[in-house]
Amino acid sequence: MTATSPQAAPRGARRLRLPKPLRNASLLIGAAITLTIIGLAIFAPLVATHDLAQMDMPNRFSGPSLEHLLGTDNFGRDIWSRLVYGARISLSIALIAVVASAIIGTLVGLISGYFGGWIDLVLMRITDVFLGFPPLVLVLAVVAVMGPGLMNVALSLVVVSWTEYARVVRSTTLTLREQNYVQAARALGASWPRILFREILPNSLGPIIVLASLGLGTAIIWESALSFLGFGLPPPAPTWGWSLSYGTRFIRDEPWMSIISGAAIMVTVLGFNLLGDGLRDLLDPRQQTRGKG
Amino acid sequence: MTDYIIRRLLLFIPMAIGIVVVTFCLLLLIPGDPASVLLGQEATPEGIAALRRTLGLDDPWYVRLGGYFLNLLQGDMGRSIFQNAPVSEIIFDRLGATIELATVALVLAVAVGVTLGVLAANRQGGIIDTFTMLLAQIGISMPVYWLALLLMLAFAVHLGWLPAIGRGEPLPTALAMALTGNPAPLVDSLSHILLPAASLALNSAAIISRLVRTSMLEVLREDFVRTAAAKGIRRGPVIWRHALRNALLPVVSVIGLRFGALLGGAILTETIFAWPGLGQLTISAISQRDIPLIQGIVLTFALIYATVTLLVDLLYAAVDPRIRLR
Repeated sequence: MTATSPQAAPRGARRLRLPKPLRNASLLIGAAITLTIIGLAIFAPLVATHDLAQMDMPNRFSGPSLEHLLGTDNFGRDIWSRLVYGARISLSIALIAVVASAIIGTLVGLISGYFGGWIDLVLMRITDVFLGFPPLVLVLAVVAVMGPGLMNVALSLVVVSWTEYARVVRSTTLTLREQNYVQAARALGASWPRILFREILPNSLGPIIVLASLGLGTAIIWESALSFLGFGLPPPAPTWGWSLSYGTRFIRDEPWMSIISGAAIMVTVLGFNLLGDGLRDLLDPRQQTRGKG
Repeated sequence: MTDYIIRRLLLFIPMAIGIVVVTFCLLLLIPGDPASVLLGQEATPEGIAALRRTLGLDDPWYVRLGGYFLNLLQGDMGRSIFQNAPVSEIIFDRLGATIELATVALVLAVAVGVTLGVLAANRQGGIIDTFTMLLAQIGISMPVYWLALLLMLAFAVHLGWLPAIGRGEPLPTALAMALTGNPAPLVDSLSHILLPAASLALNSAAIISRLVRTSMLEVLREDFVRTAAAKGIRRGPVIWRHALRNALLPVVSVIGLRFGALLGGAILTETIFAWPGLGQLTISAISQRDIPLIQGIVLTFALIYATVTLLVDLLYAAVDPRIRLR
């Protein structure tokens, strides 16, 4: 047990059995949304209809039309094209942050759970300390001192995200360590890296994948929050958060620019959350056996 | 119980030390020489040397860390670089507004989240269940800053029912005035806090509703619920009185964790609604790269959060004997 024991569920681990009608729909809709957005981001140069920097002042704040699918922003730039390129920024930062967090957290969790003793104690105390900061506060503080930029934003997200993987992987490792097949491998003289990476890790992948999917959504929310506050990638980078935030200057008369940028963020996050919940029902056997029915 | 309290209190110490160390390390993260980075392009060598002395950058790191600790123990968080005032004073002026906002949001989130969770669990797979969980999924995916904007557009700009920005009298003051027969400030305060608190609360309400639902579903399968039903107690009291009391236990610890998310989220809501709290201060401190102030704010947020988690753990142990016996 970790010392802060009453908190049985790690932060963000939402124990959940979806109502039946939502269960498969979750996975399908989530996959559809995320794949579409990933596709748009990858093929941004093809699907964008306008040059990002092309301004058209007489046509600023025009509504959706055939010429401008989602209308134009305060400089008369095409919102659809900017959103598509914005997806590239959000997704790449989220992906870097999630992969790095998953690797760091998984390593910490594996080592902590497998060796136990003082190693476990020290690693879990460190994890607790990082969990002790309100996440967004720590993200902001890291970006504040390191300055904006793609890698710095990603790094700031890693600082707050790795803990979740560490705690979940540690607890699966604690269980798996006692399983017969692991004991057998040990009896056969397998080295500890072999046991950790060949026996335990493959069987922990389910929860890690679920966390990663939910983590992509969270990372996008935080990245956009940073851009929204003006600490993300500086303009002219077409970040969703910047468009949302800059649009608020014209919110009384022309709310469209802000609304549509926020909608892009929400739909993307919703996609990853649905996917994560769907995957959880599919992949995470512990969650499935928990309910007795 | 005393045993548990002492053990839990002792754990607070390494935690607090860890938090201070991480906060201190923020200064080490600055690429290059912090003094010249902070002073920017027009820095003179004398200015840099002076700032290095103020920040204590010429000493080895362990001396600085030790000094930082000693000062903190005396309640001294250093001086703000740009406001020429003690960091602790600047923060203290803003603290109340943020705690008020986060607390009201927490109350809203718990009230809404618990109600929806219970309603959803009442008939698993039914229309209410599906609809509520769909709503919760959307609530979880909704960025605070976007929701805040939509609420402001709808209720302040278009309908004009509520003020868009600012804060009334502090709630405790307003409450006291209402008790002495002057309800106007209380109405004003509540109308100001409603939109920021509601937008801040939605995320947590959604998460709490999902937790309560799962927890209720488990409890509703327990024998004592069947016994109560068999005794002829109506469904309503069984759910709201017997089952909910047990289902809320795991939720209590999560509520403490949500407070951390609310404090962080407050930074965003405060910016949008011009709420004069720590969040606004954070943004201005970061824009000016006022490192001592940033450190002070981070430390304050973390210590409030750690204290709330501590209180929740103790409360949890008081309610659930299984915890303190472990």
